[in-house]
Amino acid sequence: MKVRIPTPLRSYTAKQSVLEADGATVGEMLAEIDRCFPGFRFRIVDEQDGIREHIKIFINEKPVRSLSAPLQPGDTIDIICALSGGV
Amino acid sequence: MTTLKRPSHSIPKPAAGTVAVLIGTRKGAFILRGDKTRRNWKLSMPIFLGHIVHHMVLDPRDGRTLLIAARTGHLGPTVFRSTDFGKTWREAERPPAFPKAPEGQKGLVLDHVFWLTPGHGSQPDVWYAGSSPQGLFRSEDGGRTWDGVSGFNDHPMRSAWTGGIGDGTPDGPKLHSINIDPRDPKHMYVGMSSGGVFESVDGGKDWKPLNKGCAADFLPTPDPEYGHDPHCVLLHPLMPDRLYQQNHCGIYLMERPEDRWIRIGRNMPKRVGDIGFPIVLHPHDPDTVWVFPMDGTEVWPRTSPDGKPACYVTRNAGKTWKPLDKGFPRRAWFTVKRQAMANDAHEPVGLYLGTTSGEVWVSRNEGASWTCPARHLPEVYSVEVAELSK
Repeated sequence: MKVRIPTPLRSYTAKQSVLEADGATVGEMLAEIDRCFPGFRFRIVDEQDGIREHIKIFINEKPVRSLSAPLQPGDTIDIICALSGGV
Repeated sequence: MTTLKRPSHSIPKPAAGTVAVLIGTRKGAFILRGDKTRRNWKLSMPIFLGHIVHHMVLDPRDGRTLLIAARTGHLGPTVFRSTDFGKTWREAERPPAFPKAPEGQKGLVLDHVFWLTPGHGSQPDVWYAGSSPQGLFRSEDGGRTWDGVSGFNDHPMRSAWTGGIGDGTPDGPKLHSINIDPRDPKHMYVGMSSGGVFESVDGGKDWKPLNKGCAADFLPTPDPEYGHDPHCVLLHPLMPDRLYQQNHCGIYLMERPEDRWIRIGRNMPKRVGDIGFPIVLHPHDPDTVWVFPMDGTEVWPRTSPDGKPACYVTRNAGKTWKPLDKGFPRRAWFTVKRQAMANDAHEPVGLYLGTTSGEVWVSRNEGASWTCPARHLPEVYSVEVAELSK
């Protein structure tokens, strides 16, 4: 699966804008990314496993709000920083 | 007024090195370095530009470790750490976070780390952090990993003490003003907005409210045990039984083992009042205190009363107060937040404050006159002073 990374998170991914990751759910996919890039997950998922308020995740351009959302091989995941999060 | 007691600790020699002002802003951190005269200042480029920095603090035990409490508008809260005074930074491996709630229960979510305090001098790698919503966290490895202080975060009264999310300050309820008794690392005080002042004598295992005598006129209860709004609480390092607080409802002093706050702000000029955010203590004279009053009337503008910025000083523990406004603009409408005013340990003492309009003001003569060596910064959230050896 291809995961597109927004600019605020690229300090964790060695500047990579696109990652290849596996996982049966969004949660598993983020856990795998966090193993490679420690600290990544907590910046976008809180301690109660909620996707943070101003982070949006899309699977094949459809929004999901749960870490349990299923993934299929070949999916494209976009992690988006919402306009509402600007300061 | 309580009787003045003598300092219990010997008075240290005034600092003689240079000073660095650590500035946390809504859009990053800055370091303002002074020379030995404290007349000439040089501002760094932004550190973590775009991050919301609530606090940047130097570890006085090693003189080189800096911790920053940060988040961004999108990304969750974290702590950054430098062991070379800001040349390089690493993120905490396990930042402060509340525990995951059992399935079906709603757990707390940490919005931001608000306050950082180095631990006792005998515990070189210990740090404490206060958060929004109100939580207390401890690191035993210099800020690399953090755990909740269960005695507070899981206290059966925590929910009652802190109220709901809506009971806090406009940008979220918070735990701040973490004070460690220099005589005993297990003796601690914290402030909560809202909640009040709380004390632990067993290293944080248990806590009790310490709010008698303090007004909470925004609550329907005349003299509540908790629910108060201390804006900034400080223990005097030379006289650790003396506490001062700038509260939402006035300026107070407490002499332990008494457990009643005395309102020393009643002696402020009536046209100014005694509402404000920060309070600063003279490092060598427990009777000398500075505040920066704000307008707490009607809709609470939180700007200087009548738009006339002024610091006020007492040199007799609150019996009398004197304005110190030389150098400030005749009219200005900024706010000085609770953690945005600090002092150095020189002789005479230097004072430093940051404004919501992005200015940093400096006085090298205990407030007698002020200059503005840094302006056009983002909104200033915090100001701390680092004493450097050179």
